[in-house]
Amino acid sequence: MNFAEKLRQNLAKSARNLLGGLKSSFGGGKIDASTWQELEETLIRADFGPKFAASMILALKSDRELAHLDGIAEKIAAKIEMILSPLAQPLSLAPHNGKKIILVTGVNGSGKTTSIGKLAFSLQQNYRQNNGGKNPKIMLVAADTFRAAAVSQLQIWAERTGVTCVTAAAASDPAALVFQALDRAKAENYDLVLIDTAGRLNNNQGLMDELGKILRVIKKHDETAPHHSILVLDATIGQNAINQVTQFQAQAALNGLIITKLDGTAKAGILVDLAERFALPIYAIGVGEGIDDLHPFDAREFARNLLDLPPVA
Amino acid sequence: MFDSFGQKITGIFDRLTRRGALSEADVQTAMREIRIALLEADVALPVVKDFIATTTQAAIGQNVLRSITPGQMVVKIVHDQLIAMLEGRLSEPRDGGNQAPTDNALNFRTEPPAVILMVGLQGSGKTTSTAKLAKRITERERKSVMMASLDTQRPAAQEQLAILGRQAKIQTLPIVAGESPLVIAKRALKEAKTGGFDVLLLDSAGRLAIDAELMAEISAIHAATKPIETLLVADALTGQDAVNTASHFDQQIGVTGIILTRIDGDGRGGAALSMRAVTGKPIKFLGAGEKLDALEDFDAERLASRILGMGDIIGLVEKAMSAAEMQDMEQLAAKMQKGSFDLDDFALQLRQMRKMGGMSGLMGLLPGVAKAKRDLQTSGISDRDLLHQEAIISSMTRRERRDWRLLNAKRKIRIAKGSGTDVPQINRLLKQFQQTQKMMKMVGGMNKSAAKSMLGGGALGANLGGAMGGGAMGGGAMPDMSKFPNIAGLGGAGGSPPDLKALLGGGGGGSPQMSQNLNKMMRDLARGPKRGK
Repeated sequence: MNFAEKLRQNLAKSARNLLGGLKSSFGGGKIDASTWQELEETLIRADFGPKFAASMILALKSDRELAHLDGIAEKIAAKIEMILSPLAQPLSLAPHNGKKIILVTGVNGSGKTTSIGKLAFSLQQNYRQNNGGKNPKIMLVAADTFRAAAVSQLQIWAERTGVTCVTAAAASDPAALVFQALDRAKAENYDLVLIDTAGRLNNNQGLMDELGKILRVIKKHDETAPHHSILVLDATIGQNAINQVTQFQAQAALNGLIITKLDGTAKAGILVDLAERFALPIYAIGVGEGIDDLHPFDAREFARNLLDLPPVA
Repeated sequence: MFDSFGQKITGIFDRLTRRGALSEADVQTAMREIRIALLEADVALPVVKDFIATTTQAAIGQNVLRSITPGQMVVKIVHDQLIAMLEGRLSEPRDGGNQAPTDNALNFRTEPPAVILMVGLQGSGKTTSTAKLAKRITERERKSVMMASLDTQRPAAQEQLAILGRQAKIQTLPIVAGESPLVIAKRALKEAKTGGFDVLLLDSAGRLAIDAELMAEISAIHAATKPIETLLVADALTGQDAVNTASHFDQQIGVTGIILTRIDGDGRGGAALSMRAVTGKPIKFLGAGEKLDALEDFDAERLASRILGMGDIIGLVEKAMSAAEMQDMEQLAAKMQKGSFDLDDFALQLRQMRKMGGMSGLMGLLPGVAKAKRDLQTSGISDRDLLHQEAIISSMTRRERRDWRLLNAKRKIRIAKGSGTDVPQINRLLKQFQQTQKMMKMVGGMNKSAAKSMLGGGALGANLGGAMGGGAMGGGAMPDMSKFPNIAGLGGAGGSPPDLKALLGGGGGGSPQMSQNLNKMMRDLARGPKRGK
């Protein structure tokens, strides 16, 4: 058997339902070292990171509620849910919230443009519900002037939702576009402005500075803006998420996250570590490419999935 | 890029080096640390377990007894195992560097057009990689390439590839609205055949490996176009999921190779190891930037060295060699011999540095400079400083450039105005220049070929040191200049890049003395810059 085959077999083994595995081998006794190890490995495989997983297991070991094997995975899921549930804060366009400017940032390919398309739709629905079917005035700003066809992509999303899309020539200064767009939004009384930005790696100082400039332009316009500064994080990401949040927070004054591609096999356990470190609200999760595939973050469902538990009915 | 991981492992080995002997227990301890380091680098758990098991086996026993120092031996074993893993060989460690590495080149051996199908998750970088690859095949293989986007899912994806095609001057299949991906693929194949293209690149829509419908679609496309290469495009920042994605794609459509993108991020790149191990398929290219020529060859040895914090001296030398005009090098070498290195030559070096990816690009290639690089970032010194320095020199008269001693206060004010800088900046530049000049004089005595290779690796290091030491950090940390001539010494003494390769010990042929020097240098560099003089 070659290495790849062996590895695939190991993978299949590790992917089996943890709860089932534990029950069959122990049947409700006391938890031993190998069980703890198996739990720790489950967390590591879910992208908790080795140190965070170890500290989590250490904390759980001293928890008396967890002395028995019965429902151990469920209990741990509940603990994780407790960490995450305060951060599940869906966005809303309720009337008392007033006008909103939302800045959306992230590394390349994380799903910024798609998320904005879906976000425009969901906030539109939300506004209608709160205002007796009245449509809000929504503006999308295509401040990704770098990537080929990024503007067209956002324009198509704008057409789907029937909202305005403000664009500029390719390779022009995104901050200048944002400035003009915000002027227009004020003059024409828009309820919501969603700013799409070019993908940038958090360690690319030049592009991060560009983001800083966009933020300054927004602040010049309205000191309280952006009302939401959202980092779009790909669920498949590993430990680099911590660097991303740290550096985008420093440059773009983050106050929330959107997690994309959670419909795949990735568990995004790094969110638990992020929750402990930054306590940033999770505004929404992306689970597909359709216009209504942006869902509120459900801490319970998420935590259960981390431990290979089936969703609650 | 892989700095943090490298630093971690270097730290572990530092501890080992300080001990006299390496026992089985020592190996176990080291492996525990390596396990954490690998996991923090996002290597998937099953892959880590296997790596640890094999490496422990290789480390305990006679291998250890025969080593010069235990620490060095473990470094070598882990390094060799990493290379083996990245090359898809996980048997015994390399025994003499004479094994042929896995063939990472693209396969075109088929009746044209050779179809290359790009697959992967959403947002992994397929479209950009497709354009980069097309440009590369056109330029390096001298083949005619057509690209076609089969992505009818993401809005404007086809348009994106068309725009990139125009930028890279690569033919793209005209877009017909409303066609299904399979129909487009068939039309592309027909067009490529009648158009007499050598290669057809098919960019597919992003899809999750567990999306049955879309996976069936890509299987159908695969069956219809019979690609000779099916490349999985994956994000280097991927976490534990890398093994799932890679094995799903491989099992369902059979990939022939991997392109790892966003290697220019600060992720630790463990995904490279995971995917290689789980699919057994080679990593063919690395996407390292937003520009269309930012596609690099995959080189396991370089990657492993980088992971181990040994930096990428070979890469530095190669990069320097390719970017610098040979003619300029001849001239510089001649000037060095005469000891007449002036500000014009200095400006030439600055330009070369910029071509090679600027300060941050170069720093990433040097060994053990992770910390220095961070200092550099926090101190705000940037590639912009290189531009400023060039501007300063450009604002000088020809006479001034030949003889900097002419620069009195009045002239400096004029230059500052002309270059949009200030007098202290000019003074800093002059200080750096003098340091570099001194360096140049020192090596002037060497023979011409040694001097030339210095320009490739060493002098550059000196310049780097100069640029940093010159106070551009605004009174911050000051690197010890003597470390950089040390690198220069390596370049000069080795004479040519292949010798440097041997120095790394990866090939197994490096002389112990030189490895020791290298190790010492690495440690010194890792310890970071000394406080101001």
